[in-house]
This record gives sequence, C-alpha cells and structure tokens, in this order.
Amino acid sequence: MAVTLGTAGELTRRRFASLGRPALIASTLVAGGLTLIAVIGPWIAPYDPDATDVLAAHQGPGARHLLGTDSLGRDILSRALAGARLSFAGPAVIMLISTILGTALAIFSAWHGGRVDRMVNRLLNVMFSVPGVLVAVLSSAVFGSGFWAPVLALGVVYLPYMARVVRSVAVRERHRGYVESLQLAGMSSWRICLRHLVPNVLPIVTAQGTYGFGSALADFAAVSFLGLGIQPPAAEWGVMVSEGRSELLDGALQQSLSAGTLIVVTVVAFNVLGAQLSSRSGGRR
Amino acid sequence: MTPAPLFRIQDLHVRLRHRGGERTLVREVSLSVRSGQSVGLVGESGSGKSVSIKAAMRLLPRGTRAEGRIAFDGGDVLTLGRRELARYRSREVALIHQDPRAHINPTRTVGAFLTEGVVHTGQMNRAEATERACALMADVGITDAARRLHQYPHQLSGGLLQRVMIVAALLPSPRLIFADEPTTALDVTVQSDVMAILLEQIRERQVSMLFVTHDLDLAAAVTDRLAVMYAGSIVETGPSAEISARPLHPYTAGLLQCRPSTAEVKRLTAIPGRPVAAHEAGTGCSFAPRCPFAVERCRAERPHDRSIEGRTVACHRVEEIADRLEERAS
Amino acid sequence: MTIPAHRDLVLDVRGLRKTFHSRNGGPREALRGIGFSIERGSCLAVVGESGSGKTTAARIVAGLESATSGTVVVTDGRAGGKTRHGVQMVFQDPYGSLDPRQAVGAGLHELLKIHGMRRRADRRTRVSELLESVGLDDRHAGRYPASLSGGQRQRVAIARALALNPALLILDEAVSALDVSVQAQVLNLLADIRERTRISYLFVSHDLGVVRQVSDTCIVLRNGRLIESGPTADVLDAPRQGYTRALVDAVPRPGWRPRRRPA
Repeated sequence: MAVTLGTAGELTRRRFASLGRPALIASTLVAGGLTLIAVIGPWIAPYDPDATDVLAAHQGPGARHLLGTDSLGRDILSRALAGARLSFAGPAVIMLISTILGTALAIFSAWHGGRVDRMVNRLLNVMFSVPGVLVAVLSSAVFGSGFWAPVLALGVVYLPYMARVVRSVAVRERHRGYVESLQLAGMSSWRICLRHLVPNVLPIVTAQGTYGFGSALADFAAVSFLGLGIQPPAAEWGVMVSEGRSELLDGALQQSLSAGTLIVVTVVAFNVLGAQLSSRSGGRR
Repeated sequence: MTPAPLFRIQDLHVRLRHRGGERTLVREVSLSVRSGQSVGLVGESGSGKSVSIKAAMRLLPRGTRAEGRIAFDGGDVLTLGRRELARYRSREVALIHQDPRAHINPTRTVGAFLTEGVVHTGQMNRAEATERACALMADVGITDAARRLHQYPHQLSGGLLQRVMIVAALLPSPRLIFADEPTTALDVTVQSDVMAILLEQIRERQVSMLFVTHDLDLAAAVTDRLAVMYAGSIVETGPSAEISARPLHPYTAGLLQCRPSTAEVKRLTAIPGRPVAAHEAGTGCSFAPRCPFAVERCRAERPHDRSIEGRTVACHRVEEIADRLEERAS
Repeated sequence: MTIPAHRDLVLDVRGLRKTFHSRNGGPREALRGIGFSIERGSCLAVVGESGSGKTTAARIVAGLESATSGTVVVTDGRAGGKTRHGVQMVFQDPYGSLDPRQAVGAGLHELLKIHGMRRRADRRTRVSELLESVGLDDRHAGRYPASLSGGQRQRVAIARALALNPALLILDEAVSALDVSVQAQVLNLLADIRERTRISYLFVSHDLGVVRQVSDTCIVLRNGRLIESGPTADVLDAPRQGYTRALVDAVPRPGWRPRRRPA
C-alpha cells in the first residue's frame, strides 16, 4: 500500500498542480462524492454490513450482491459504503489535530521570528525525519490498537507538513505594512494573529489540509491493514483489503480490489484537489 | 526627402486573451526612431508603454497578440523567422531593464554574464569579448574593470550594476537600445550619473534609443522627441523641448502641472480620478473623464491624430484650447 | 541644536543611534547620532538616498524599532498610555498597507472599537467622517483592498491613521509608489488635513519636489549622519553642503541635463 509521505509526495504534488482547471472540477466532484458517501454510506448500504450469511459466502458479483460477498457471506458493497465513514473519520481527526496545532505553531513562529523561529524550524526538521507509519505502529503497540492510538500519532506526524507551509505564508504576511499599522494602532498581538493573520493564511491551510487528508487516509488504512488500527469485524477499507487477502488465493479479488480502489481514488482525488487549491491560493498578492 | 527611419511602429494593437474575450492593452500606436535619435515614451502605470517595448522585442507573454507593423531597417519584426529574430535581438537591438538585479544570474560572475551572449552568437571569441567589455567598462566609468569581471552581482551597488547592464547592451554594437525605466530604481544622484553615461555612449556610437519612463521631466531632458501615452494610445508626439515648454494635449499639460517643483511651493493642480488602462476606456477620448476641457464630442468620439505646430496631438479641441493650456500652466 | 523652551514640540529626538547586527557580516551603523524636533502643527521632512537611515529613524520614532541609544520624546498632549497612539504611520507600499481580507469599513470599525468607541451608531458616523476627510465616501466602506486603486488604498491608510487622532503622523515614502497624477491628489489631501487639524507630519522621502511641497523644515541624512537642516526653502534654494547641492542638482526639471559625478 502506498505511503505518500516524503519527497516523492512533493514531486507528485507539483505535477498535480499543473493539471489545470478540468482537474480542479473533476477532483472536487470525486472528493465531494466520496465525502458524501462517508456521511450517508451506512444508510444507503443495501444490506447490513455486519450481517453474516455462511450459506451465501464467497459469491461472485451478481444481481443480488453487486460486488459479491466475503468469506462470511457479508455483502461487500454494503461494507465498502458503510466502511467509508470509519475510513474518513481517521484522517479527518488526524488533519484536525495537525491543522490546529500546525497553524498555531506556524503563526507563533512567524510572529516572533528570530531565535524562536529558528528553534521551531529545527524542531520541525527533527519531526520530518521520523517516518510516519512507524510512529503510528509504535503508538498502537504501546497504547493498544484501535482508532485513537494511530490517529493521535499520525496527527502529530502530519503537524510539521502543515506548519512548514503555513509558516512561509505567515512570515510573508507578518512583514506586510498592515500588520505594523495594526501594532501601531495599539492592537494586541493575539488579536492581530487571530483576526488578521489567520484569515490571510486560511487559503493555504485549506489547501494543505485537503492535500494531507488524502495522504492521511492512506496511512490510516495502512495501519489498519497491518492489524494495528481498526480491528475486524468492523467495516473499514484497510481492514477489508487485509481480510480480502486470504480470498485472493481462491481467485476472489473483489473485496481487496474494491476497497483498494476506493483508497487509491480517494487519495488521488484529495491530493489533486489540495494541489490545485494551493496553486490557486498562491497567486493572490 | 528624409531617409526612412531606422525603427518604425505603425498602427500597433496589442490584445490580451482574457476570460474568453480579448482585452486591448495598446491601441493604434505609431512611432518612429531615426538613426542616432533618442525618443522618449512617457506614460503612467497601465499606459501600455512597457507593452509596446515588449512587442518591439517580440517578448510579449503568451496569450497576447500584436497586430500592425513594426519595422526595423525596413524588415518586418513581427514576421521574423526564428533565426532572424535571434539575430535581431542579439545584434540589432538591446534592452536595458528597470531592475538589473532581476535580469542577471546571481550565481555567475559579471564577466561571464557580459561575454556569454556575444560569444554564444559567434560575434567574438572569449578573449576579444573580455577585452572589449573591459574597454567599455572603462568608458562607462567603472574603474578596475578586470577585478569587477570576477565579481558577482551581489557585490555591486545598484548604480554600478546598471552601468554593467549598459555595457552588456553596448557590447554587441546594436543600432537601437530599448531602455525600460533604466533609472527608476536608482537614487537621484545615481540616476543623473547613469543617464549621463548612457547618453554619452549612445551619442558617441550613433546608437538610437527608445527610452521608456513615467518621468516626463527626465524624458524631456534626455531625448530628442517625446511620445506621451495614456490608456494604451499615444496622445501627443513632438520635439521634447517644445512639448515640455508648451504642451498641447490636456493630459501632457496636466502631467507637467501636477509634478511638484523643488524650486517653488504652489498648490498642485491634480488631475482628478486615476489613470485608466486601455480596456477600461469607453468609446470616446480615453482622457475625457479626467479632462477639464472635455465636451460632449470628446465623450462620444475617439479623437484622431491632428497635426499642429509640427506636432501630432490626439485631441478634438487642440486648436481651441492650445493657448488656454499654456495659460493654466503658468 | 538648542531649542528655546517656549516652543511647543510634538517630537524631540536626541542623539539617536542604531546599529544593526546581522548574523553574517559585522555590525552596520544605520544611524550615528542624529537629533531633530518637530513643532506642533508643522511638517518635518527627512531627506536622503537609500542607506541614509531615514526609514530607520522613522521606524524608531514610531516605536517599530528600538534605538541603540538616544532619546525620543513624543508629547501628544494626552495622558500617556501603554502604547504610543499619538504616533501613527503610513507606509510606502499601497498593496501591503491594508489587510486584504478585511473590508475598508470593517477595518475602521475595528480600530474605533478597540479604542473605546462602544456604540455602533457613533462608530458609523465617525467612519463616514473619516472616509470623507480623505476624499472617499460610504460606498468605499464595503470594498476590499483588491478592488481599490493605489491612490485609494493610500487614502484608506491615511484614514486609518487619522482614526486614532494622532499628534504625529509619519509618512514613510507614502506617495512614492503612486502615479504622478494621483500623487498630486494625495499631496493636496495631506496639505488640507494639516490645515484643518493641528496634526504634525514626519515626512520621509527621497523626492525633493515632494518635500518642497509639503514640509516646513527638513533634515538631510547621509550614511546615518545629519548633514544639513533648516527651513526647507533655505536648504533647497541655498544648500550649504556639497551633498545637498548634488541632491538638488540631480532632480530632472526643464532645462536640466544629467551630469556625470566627478570620480
């Protein structure tokens, strides 16, 4: 499974950004559609995703089960739709943590500049050098598997990516004349940061958050795939890919394939959308 | 009969593709530069002066379309093939930019920058190029040329770097220099110095110059003829000294009056409103909304060039108001 | 410079020094002990070329930069608060001087609110007054900086500065980036404001024509040193220092010819 952290990600990102307007529209539609499924998935699933039916196990795609059934006879389409919610909830919380903490750190660093800024930079560099999935795996090993251990760990792992991007924009804004005028007008640093700097870095925060969401979804699914995140029998895409492995030997590809495809499509859609948003937010003076 | 000018722009239009439609940047610009002559192209932001120069160098960005005729020594610049264009750009004309630092590779030495072009195009070998660069640097008042050649751009002051740019422009012995606000980023004393050097050099070598600037006083002082641009069109053309002494277009008169003088204090006669770009101008005279002399006709009908007192002025009422403009200026 | 005690000074600066320490390279002395003062209601121009220290001096007076040594006394005629609201500043770059994500009116409301104008109706009246005083009107209140021209932005920046009733307004090359035809409007506006109120200006500029137009007195800086001072007319018409003369001579005007500097 692809782990999209690191410098390879930077290159893809630039390529995604150069795709232009059709890519923006397509990625918005796909990412939006998948998010909608994540919200309403359990309600539109044709069957109970957890209902087993041993007699109907190992069925291929057909009229009753569009994507067939797994080894316990559960409907794969229903599990894929219902599983979207857990698969999205993980990266959503990861990005929430990394966005709030990362943006706060970036603005703090940009505001103070000088020594504070250099220290923050050094800290970020250290954080960059730690491989993300490894931290998530260790966290699960120490705190036990489940939703929160890998999510909290990945939230911290994604923090420097957000902080680095936002910091560069915040530093630029920090030195614009308007910030100094606000200081002269006797406005508190808190107010200037919250009311003036934050709105001005928001476009890049949104872009980076969207981009990171795709990568975080892949990482979260990877942890579940390794058996350290979400545990079976819960429906989640990483779990589904993992469970489908044993069926591959019997020639039944549909469970791994459908969950795997969903992961790849989601990652690409959010990555493209994020790259597009960030290239568009950069043009503003 | 006077000989044909070295460089001539006739009826130039530049349009930019914009949201499915087109936006006019430059409209009906005609202008000529004779051999050994320097011509000033003066205008405020958005007037189209820099766009015109870019069109003349065939350096317009993508999505922009130039129509009309730009002739250099009889040949049509807009239809030059790839090789002729390269020759035109590298040998016949040269461009001096406003911001020298943005147009020089900071990681290469001054010497490498100066000699690269002429060596690459086969006009000189490296030794000849270096020798000539040293000689030119001495001419423009750069002492210790041999040492400067080994320095990097960041080690040179803005004024010094702009003199290096003049050397770079002169090195291939061009016949016409386009100077796009060459001294705007410099301090006034340095501007005076650099301008004096530039003038000295082009006069000595009989090089023509098209000098683009927003500073009417500066342009009047250093050129033979002036063309004043507003909203993508030329509103007045004529000998520099005459234009600055007795402007005939209301815009030119307005520009001269709103420039504060160092010698006296008086309430400035500001031109109301703001300068507009060509695409914002309506059907009438583009200056009409800001013009104190505008009448109904000015707002309805675009004025054509009229010849008066040896000048070309694009104003319907130039004959009636010529004397009142002067009155107002004094 | 000795100052008779009876003069009503809004700003008195003495022995101002500033040394910058960059991380690479040695210390750089931006100001080497300069002093000047501004009488209430008058305009002092600080003239100089790049590297003269004129902007550094202005920033120190504004409190945006701290001096290495020297004193800056601002007498704004009000009880002293924590910050110097008595001094406001307008910057050169019309594009960076306003928050791009805040409408003009909202920005003025915010300023007035944090300075104790609680009632919305009061603020609304004051915002209209302020916009009018800089030649704009209520229609501009809803606009964002991106939809304003350079001249309009500088007008808004001036309105924002005036909102706090400063005793001293610092204008740091505030009209340098504007087109000549718009520059004249803003210069006239600044003259009008000074006529109406008792505000004082500290006007930093490299443009001697502009300086002649707006200032009563001026000081000429070069490499961090004050080399000439006096009434603007005297300094520009009969400069006593060779450097000042060179500055005046370098300004293009009718009949002017560029001259090579003696090597």
